[in-house]
Amino acid sequence: MTALLSIKTRRMKLERDEKKESTLEGSGKVVHLRVYRKNPKQDKSSHFDKFEVPVQRWTTVLDALLHVKGYLDKSIAIRYSCRMASCGSCGMKINGIPRLACYTKISEIDGNIITCEPLPNFPVIRDLVGDFSDFFDHHGAMEPYIHNQNVDIVDKNRLTEFIQTPENVENYLQFSYCIKCGLCYSACPSVGSDTRFPGPQALAQAYRYVADNRDDATQSRLNIVDNKHGIWRCHFAGSCSVVCPKGVDPALGIQLLRGHLVNFSKNDKKLAESRTRDLGKT
Amino acid sequence: MILKESQIMKIHYITGIAALFVVAVHIIMRLVMPFSMSLEYENVIANYQNIAYAVLLESILVLIAIHGFNGLRIILIEFRQNIAWENGVTVFTLVAMIALIAYGTRTIIVANGLG
Repeated sequence: MTALLSIKTRRMKLERDEKKESTLEGSGKVVHLRVYRKNPKQDKSSHFDKFEVPVQRWTTVLDALLHVKGYLDKSIAIRYSCRMASCGSCGMKINGIPRLACYTKISEIDGNIITCEPLPNFPVIRDLVGDFSDFFDHHGAMEPYIHNQNVDIVDKNRLTEFIQTPENVENYLQFSYCIKCGLCYSACPSVGSDTRFPGPQALAQAYRYVADNRDDATQSRLNIVDNKHGIWRCHFAGSCSVVCPKGVDPALGIQLLRGHLVNFSKNDKKLAESRTRDLGKT
Repeated sequence: MILKESQIMKIHYITGIAALFVVAVHIIMRLVMPFSMSLEYENVIANYQNIAYAVLLESILVLIAIHGFNGLRIILIEFRQNIAWENGVTVFTLVAMIALIAYGTRTIIVANGLG
């Protein structure tokens, strides 16, 4: 019964999406793009500029912004690179939700007005471009690389391979999908109130290396996150996991890392493994 | 002795769960007679004079004070990020917690008739 309902709901959603797309296709539809403008070097105030952009059913928000930059106002500052949700450069707040502009189709968005703003929790450099310095500092503080005292990295002749089973990989796999786009960091209410809080991305990466059986620096990583402004300041709002464009669940990583710290959870790696398998199925 | 944040949070969780249990017992004890009668002066004093109940009240006081003031410390620490503020908040909540426990314990002792 539940399966039938789910199929029916999915079909209705598909029909709705098709209907929405067919209204865009070939109809010469125009959307109104509201773009946040600010240049802190010249003026502290900000405003929105409005543009009319012709769209097709495949047009993404990044395409629309590049249309504006190419034909209407070349002074708009946007950060982008791969255009395929791999580099994590084009994160911005689109109609109030942190998303990747290259991964958000205009047809997915309800309404005819699309508002683009810079990501919250990042100081604005100009227009839609935020300063990621603090974000990357927090990421770097987690020592996001393998520590292993038994491996001789000086003498290349003594290098050995790390043996890992597929099960070992699944312990941390989903957390390694992170592209450092900063959407989770911008959605986190704790980051908004506590600038020294590392944020969901950095904490999930800390768990990613703790769960990796090649790494032997678990205790030192736990010491890094175990402080007054560390992992305990997460209030488990869960918005980080909701906005992640790669399906990573940073909130899960944070809770599993907490379990490690208080020795409440002994099965965290099994949990992460099963959640990663579930992610693969969906 | 400086506790690590994880040790403080472990105490926070344990006191929270334990407080749930003792407060539940405390509320259930109000229901052994009509509620309004349970709050009459003689009945309240009788509760304090029962040693087992006095111990229960003391444990509620200690558990809730530790849990509550640590919760307040967590909220206040998020307001500002500097060492002076953090140390001030820690000292303030510790002193307030000890003062509340001392005053509450004195009340329990006096009402119990030991004082």
